[in-house]
Amino acid sequence: MNEILGRALNLAAQRGASYADARIVDDRSRSLATKNGKLGHASDAESQGIGVRVIADGAWGFAASKDLSRAVVEDTAARALAIARASARVKQEDVRLAPEKAVTAEWATPYRIDPFTTSIEQNLDLLLRIDAELRAVSGVTLAETSMNFKREDSWFASSEGANIHQTKISTGAGYAAYAFAGTEIMKRSYPNSFGGQWQNKGYELIDELKLVENARRVAEEAVALHQAAQCPGGVSTIILDSSQLGLQIHESIGHPIELDRVLGMEANFAGTSFLTLDKLGRLRYGSELVNVVADARQEHGPGLGTFGFDDEGVPAQCTPIITHGLFTGYLSSRETAHIIGANRSGGTLRAECWNRLPMIRMTNISILPGEKPLALEQLIADTDDGIYMETNKSWSIDDKRYNFQFGCEIGWEIKKGKRGRMLKNPSYSGITTEFWNSMDAICSRDEWTLWGTPNCGKGQPQQVMGTGHGASPARFRGIKVGSAYRGN
Amino acid sequence: MLSQDQAADIFERIRKHSTADEVEALFYGGSLALTRFANNVIHQNVAEQNEGVSVRTSFGGRTARASTNKLDDESLERVVHASENLARVQQPDADLLAMPDRRERDQAISDPTRIPPQRYFAETAATSPEQRAEAVGKIVKVAEQHKLITAGIFSNSEFIEGIFNSRGLSDWHMQTSAEISTTMLAGDSSGWQKANSPDARNLDPLALAETAARKAIDSASPREVAPGKYTVILEPAAVLDIVGFMFWDFGGQAILDERSFLNNRIGTQLFGRNINVTDDVTHPLQSGAPFDGEGMRRQRVPLVENGIVKRVVYARGTAGRMKKSEHGAKVGPVVATGHGFSLPNEMGEMPSNIVFGAPQNPQTVQEMISATDRGMLVTRLWYIREVDPYEKILTGMTRDGTFLIENGRVRAGVRNFRFNESLIHMLSNVEAMGAPVRASGEESFDMVVPAMKVRDFNFTEVTKF
Repeated sequence: MNEILGRALNLAAQRGASYADARIVDDRSRSLATKNGKLGHASDAESQGIGVRVIADGAWGFAASKDLSRAVVEDTAARALAIARASARVKQEDVRLAPEKAVTAEWATPYRIDPFTTSIEQNLDLLLRIDAELRAVSGVTLAETSMNFKREDSWFASSEGANIHQTKISTGAGYAAYAFAGTEIMKRSYPNSFGGQWQNKGYELIDELKLVENARRVAEEAVALHQAAQCPGGVSTIILDSSQLGLQIHESIGHPIELDRVLGMEANFAGTSFLTLDKLGRLRYGSELVNVVADARQEHGPGLGTFGFDDEGVPAQCTPIITHGLFTGYLSSRETAHIIGANRSGGTLRAECWNRLPMIRMTNISILPGEKPLALEQLIADTDDGIYMETNKSWSIDDKRYNFQFGCEIGWEIKKGKRGRMLKNPSYSGITTEFWNSMDAICSRDEWTLWGTPNCGKGQPQQVMGTGHGASPARFRGIKVGSAYRGN
Repeated sequence: MLSQDQAADIFERIRKHSTADEVEALFYGGSLALTRFANNVIHQNVAEQNEGVSVRTSFGGRTARASTNKLDDESLERVVHASENLARVQQPDADLLAMPDRRERDQAISDPTRIPPQRYFAETAATSPEQRAEAVGKIVKVAEQHKLITAGIFSNSEFIEGIFNSRGLSDWHMQTSAEISTTMLAGDSSGWQKANSPDARNLDPLALAETAARKAIDSASPREVAPGKYTVILEPAAVLDIVGFMFWDFGGQAILDERSFLNNRIGTQLFGRNINVTDDVTHPLQSGAPFDGEGMRRQRVPLVENGIVKRVVYARGTAGRMKKSEHGAKVGPVVATGHGFSLPNEMGEMPSNIVFGAPQNPQTVQEMISATDRGMLVTRLWYIREVDPYEKILTGMTRDGTFLIENGRVRAGVRNFRFNESLIHMLSNVEAMGAPVRASGEESFDMVVPAMKVRDFNFTEVTKF
């Protein structure tokens, strides 16, 4: 691979590029799914190619091809050069890159069981056993299960001398039970909705998730929701489970801290951010208990945002984003670091595959657990009146990331410290900073889970990326609930 | 780009590697170039070339798929074996049909005279980075003339879709596409426009830029207006992005799975009598391949007539299952319509060439505004998600140009609203419509839709800008 990368870099240098990097990526994935006792889908996919990124005449160009032959690789580099020179026709300043030490390195996701070596028959058997458990509950009208594996090998080289090979493995699985009756379709998912739980792990993740063990309960809850009371509207104390809090972090912290959004680079599609540059180090983002980091290092855990190096060769780092409630950091790249006065990139530039330009993406954006021991049941016992909400059902936030609304699959009333009756269709809404400033308790490390969001969309052409979000259940005071159903 | 003859040769090599009862190959790929601008400069500028094949093998009720973009013989052999390995270990599914042959496909064509227009334009495919930069330069000039900041894209692509199966069926589609979108940003307001077409000559960057700029200027200093139920005038992009969420439910498999809001509602007066919707891949403003994931030709299907949902679409297998099911007698005509996804899949099918019927008396947006005492004009909607799957309540935000209408005139820009609105309710309250146009948004696939004036649209919150 180094020889192929070298051809691209040499051609770029010969044609006058002031900087060039090239990435070869070889992706492999497997996806299995069942529905109502039958196969839903079974597919393998592989994709390989090279992407060449150059700066010429002070502007960026990027070209990619699946063909790794000498002629096509050189043509791809030449196309990137031509595109950069066209970009330079509509520019104001030359691109500047923060310095980064060029390294030669190997990095790989630690795993115990290579998921691609596991038996497809056994994988399907597990999914069908879950399916049977779900459909054993009277009232379940649809049962869906899925299991996914991904392996990505990438080789990166730059004109500055970097040479990095990384191998990333990720695994995901989950299921959902639906119950249709009357005029309502109720749904419960496990371990999380919209694809379950994903981590940068091998097949050992599947064993850890206790999928079969939880299936009967999840199905029973889906059916029971038909008899549950509608979640009341008004203002309430709410406790969110860790998976819902993970998505809350993703939408109302993870996206607004992306420096490309802040700088208007995503204004036409994903949107901008309320976190203008004047707010760094000044904005009271949340309460004293809110401590959030962007941590791509392996020691943070096996998140979908864990890696050795980003896609411009910057090592994984931990950036404090919110420190005791104060806004302290953005997600940055080599191109954008100088704008916030940083002398180095935060190491967050990533691309979906070989054919996409790397861009600023969330790594693992996690809220740190409370330091004092606090279990979920203790938090509920400490709450006089409120609603506990679990598992995301819908999510939406404005294009500056102020106003959000989330729906959850299930809720329970809390009265005098006890979990009471089940509530259907719980939802809550608010303004980002008001919400995070209302957090007055968060559970401790024992309740903390590093969730995977495998489907974060951004960019044009759109790229889908996996991100990680560690969270413990937490409590928020004075939150508006029930707006989603008001007026309908 | 891969030619049909090259694909046929690759398919023959795939067949030789396979021991399956049946083999199918789907070919995909082409080239895409996209120039992206923000802060009045080009900041990202990309091009890619890719093509590949997806192989489905089938052994007596067992089927699976494997894909690769490596088309050398060794890789083809590997992908065939990967597909076979996934298929062999399954339990047989008695409902899995044999692959269709040409005869079955041709017999399912209800009107052979309906063929799509030309959708490949060599000039669009050949659009150069310099030409895209020149168009971007024009958009930036408009922004600078109005003291605005612009961001957006100009892309062009050419791509193929092809299918071959071992029962002799084959089909091939080549297409180009060009797209421009632009956002104009002022201090406290913004405007947006987007258009796409198979033919780049249909795109007018200056007109799009001027309209987006006008929206940004006219919505400056937005007022905060209390949320509530308002008469809204939704421009076509806003209509497309919200109504797109219901078409996933217009497939037979969604009914069988009881995850569709149309369960127990087909044949009822679900929407207003002025709502008519057809799926028609041959419509001159539509786009895409005229065949589905099994190679069946997409038929024109009238979905909604005078507000009554008449039919849904079917893949071959779904049609058979529907006929045998308890739902079969309650869902209108059940016949394979050529809307299936590639197999195996759990979603079945959906209509994706949506054309809304023209109203008897189409009104321009300006005419709708003139006839509105108090309401809101909405340019686009954003981050739409489903809150309730059966009542089809959706939530989302307005974005990039939301205006207060009073006494027949646009009075001011307003801060953006969050809505929680039932699509059933919305399409029952359409007071006026424009002439349907090809519209493009970010939440749903492109459609032919009109602007709509809707009463009692439910805004539940207002944001800070």
